[in-house]
Amino acid sequence: MLRMNSVSKVYRTDTVETHALREFSLSVEEGEFVSVTGPSGSGKTTFLNIAGLLEELTDGSYELDGRDISSLNDRERSRVRNEKIGFIFQSFNLIPELDIFDNVDVPLRYRGLKSAERRRRVERCLELVGLASRMKHLPAQLSGGQQQRVAIARALAGEPRFLLADEPTGNLDTHMADSVMELLAEINAGGTTIIMVTHELTLADRAKRNIFVRDGNVSDGYGSDASPELHFASAANA
Amino acid sequence: MFTYYLKLGLLSIRANPALSSLMVAAVAIGIGACMTIVTVRHVMSDNPIAHKNDVLYHVQVDNWNPADPYQDPDLPPEQMAYIDAKALYDADRAFRQTTSYKTSRIIQPDGDDARPFTLDVRATTADFFPMFDVPFAYGAGWDRASDRNEERVAVLSWELNEQLYGGEDPVGQMLTVNGEPYRIAGVLDEWTPVPKFYDLNNNPYGAPEQLYLPFSLAVANNFNRSGNTSCWKPVEDGGPEAFLASECIWIQMWIELRDASEKQDYMRFLDAYVEEQKLLGRFPRPLNNRLHTPEEWLEYQEVVDDTVGILLSLAVLFLVVCLLNTIGLLLAKVMRRAKDISLRRALGASKSTLFAQYIIEAGMIGAAGGLLGIVMTWLGLRGIEQLFIEYDFIEHLVRMDWSMVLLAVALAVLSALAAALYPTWRACNITPASQLRIQ
Ligand SMILES: Nc1ncnc2c1ncn2[C@@H]1O[C@H](COP(=O)(O)OP(=O)(O)OP(=O)(O)O)[C@@H](O)[C@H]1O
Ligand SMILES: [Mg+2]
Repeated sequence: MLRMNSVSKVYRTDTVETHALREFSLSVEEGEFVSVTGPSGSGKTTFLNIAGLLEELTDGSYELDGRDISSLNDRERSRVRNEKIGFIFQSFNLIPELDIFDNVDVPLRYRGLKSAERRRRVERCLELVGLASRMKHLPAQLSGGQQQRVAIARALAGEPRFLLADEPTGNLDTHMADSVMELLAEINAGGTTIIMVTHELTLADRAKRNIFVRDGNVSDGYGSDASPELHFASAANA
Repeated sequence: MFTYYLKLGLLSIRANPALSSLMVAAVAIGIGACMTIVTVRHVMSDNPIAHKNDVLYHVQVDNWNPADPYQDPDLPPEQMAYIDAKALYDADRAFRQTTSYKTSRIIQPDGDDARPFTLDVRATTADFFPMFDVPFAYGAGWDRASDRNEERVAVLSWELNEQLYGGEDPVGQMLTVNGEPYRIAGVLDEWTPVPKFYDLNNNPYGAPEQLYLPFSLAVANNFNRSGNTSCWKPVEDGGPEAFLASECIWIQMWIELRDASEKQDYMRFLDAYVEEQKLLGRFPRPLNNRLHTPEEWLEYQEVVDDTVGILLSLAVLFLVVCLLNTIGLLLAKVMRRAKDISLRRALGASKSTLFAQYIIEAGMIGAAGGLLGIVMTWLGLRGIEQLFIEYDFIEHLVRMDWSMVLLAVALAVLSALAAALYPTWRACNITPASQLRIQ
């Protein structure tokens, strides 16, 4: 369902050209749980952003659900993001002035759903992440783990087919990271495709498939030359 | 969705109280400056008799100096000489007509310890009141017979009646004016036409006269002229009669004509009258009779001062500066909210959705600025009042009506929207991911 073919992404500033992705080709099928590892600066986030239509690609082709993404205009891209894709960020990215309910409600608003339907979905997702009792709290009144669970609820509220997570446990302690991983596994069991970037190999191991990004290129597994040092370096980076 | 945007706008305004108040203040100050001047201009150029604009006419005939027009380029005098005023009035060719001038009299209030005082008086004719739709609280004006008979009748202003009779109905009582008893025929309701269109020669922004007496009586008894008088040739010796027979101008004449054909007839009549006078050796200048509607007359007299126009352009310039400030502030706000914007983009907001959200927020800022701007305008008008406190006309300038309030808010909202266009466009073009990367 996700098909990238020779995708490249070049960041140009006045002085530097960074090739964040080069000839990046990858297919992900419906229902997979893919972990993405790789050294810092290798292009993991860039890949995720392109997969999530947050950034344009410089070259190559990208098909999502059989549709060529490059042919979509802003409104259509926004719609795909809104309906098919859920994002989970390392730093939660909740809107501080909105309470938990309204935060989860944001993507549903852009979807134009009726108020009753929105309420039903928000409540169900908050129940799923175990925060139904905190609906009227502001993000700042929750712990980091709770905030990340709110972010997951927000990502799930739109019932996306795709969940893109960029180091979702990066800011959490092991215990909380575990519970988030359990939640993701549960979601994946429900049929949602998940792509998760992580630095932690122990977490990556829990995914069904692992891919390794290096220098803007991808390979399955932990890389052909996956050496213990590299693993060590990656883990230390987290 | 609209209410959602309103809610988001409110939250965002609350979340950035300093920036938001600065923006509201910038809009408010600009609007306040503009609206202050616009209000002054509006009031100054108002036509208080607009509803009768198509039937009332100010009459001018050119009895001036053959060598030198009254005013360049070849404009007839603004007022009329007594001979012409009387002849035209007596000819009675219009549906209604009035000749009047400004004078002053001494009132002796009833009561032993009451002191006499002088006040402004309008010497006029019976038709003055119905022609100008002057409202009456008690009684009515006098009739044409009273004019013919030079009767001692009086109409009081509301204020004068308050002063003399405590606002009670005095109709039928006698009022002592310069030692003579006058029968009170009526009392006006509050009536303050601004500008005082019926006599623009004598302080167009002044308060109307407080007492109205018959023109014929005033002339017969040689009441003083307290308005402008101009003469182009010396008055012959011979007392008041000689002055009345002179070419000096000091009377304002207005007529009421019901339709175009009446107007045509009257113009013809005026021309014939002047031609006839020419045969008698008067009116040495070419035929130059004019009928002006109140609106034309206000314009002709250039009641709205040029300085007001200059002030207005300055105020508009000031508003523009304030708006440029608002643009800067909005840009700063966009930068502060870049993360929020890129997050909303990631969650599925399209550019147009975000545009709507931020434009509505700007509209709210504008509306708040407009409301505060009304307060500023009120303060500005008070300021102008203080500045010109010695001129009595100013008290009539400082009034705001609903149309002004609406105009202020609409202008503020529009300005804020205009100012928001560029920053909002910038906001919508923030790439969805750019701000989410930085952890
Ligand atoms: N907006 C940008 N402008 C210029 N260069 C960028 C930009 N974003 C990323 N890069 C560069 O692209 C390369 C890939 O960055 P990316 O964020 O995808 O790495 P990453 O694999 O996610 O690293 P990390 O594990 O540290 O998060 C890096 O060299 C980075 O410096
Ligand atoms: Mg990254």
